[in-house]
Amino acid sequence: MKELSLNILDIASNSITANATKIEITVIYVFSQNLLSIEITDNGCGMNEETVKKVTDPFVTSRKTRSVGLGIPFFKESAESSGGKFSITSKVGEGTKVKATYEIDNIDRMPLGDLAETICVLLGAKKDIRYVLTYRVDEREFVLDTDEVRNILGEVDISNTEVLAFLKDYINQGINITNGGSKNL
Amino acid sequence: MKSLQELNAIRDKMKNASQNRQQGSDDTIRVVVGMATCGIAAGARPVLNAFVEEVAKRNLSNVVVSQTGCIGMCKFEPIVEVFVPNKEKVTYIKVTPEKVARIVTEHIVNQKPVTEYIKIN
Repeated sequence: MKELSLNILDIASNSITANATKIEITVIYVFSQNLLSIEITDNGCGMNEETVKKVTDPFVTSRKTRSVGLGIPFFKESAESSGGKFSITSKVGEGTKVKATYEIDNIDRMPLGDLAETICVLLGAKKDIRYVLTYRVDEREFVLDTDEVRNILGEVDISNTEVLAFLKDYINQGINITNGGSKNL
Repeated sequence: MKSLQELNAIRDKMKNASQNRQQGSDDTIRVVVGMATCGIAAGARPVLNAFVEEVAKRNLSNVVVSQTGCIGMCKFEPIVEVFVPNKEKVTYIKVTPEKVARIVTEHIVNQKPVTEYIKIN
């Protein structure tokens, strides 16, 4: 993986496989603490304690849970190799929360990359999932709730290419403004 | 400065367009991009995006671009499968965004698969 946004896409794909109807993606930069945190929370089927312990091990995987493989180890590695921490918590029937933190200025910290494209790919992956994207840099914040988008669209599908093209620009604009003008932090 | 209210205009435009699209769904061509960890790590996301954009640009209403999990040949990712009705499936390997326009033009529009993107070197 070359961008943290690719990890986000991969982890959120697990949430889709877990039949989540709501997926929250939260990216927070706190420069005073040199801390970047990325959190993906879903309301999918969740995992039992035993499975949660296993998923961070790349060599423990079963064909049944195909979504469990290298995705989580990659994400964990991205955090731990750049001065951060990784955690995963889950409860059967309630959902899963995956969190990774990074030292912003660590030389091994990957760039966030194209978060807008990640969101658009997720929107095209499966219908009727609500995404809440929160992007915060210190006290500035950008939030996109796809319920808001769907309310405007009515019966028109959110995965329509023209809608996605608009949303991509809209998210990029939101990120740029939140970054205080720069494209990628 | 973009605002979500601009979606109102897109919605109205799409409502009209979708009515025209109802007829003849049997000729739908499917483009399937492998988007498991292996695909994503190898660069499938920009490939998928390039297909979506190219199909939209050419207004190909009979083409559906979709995602799937691991196709099973991770070392050849990004892998793209093209399903044309009544024809054998074509599997493209090591696809890059630069290759997408040619696949759309030659294969999807002109029905001639791009053989050099299929070969395993």
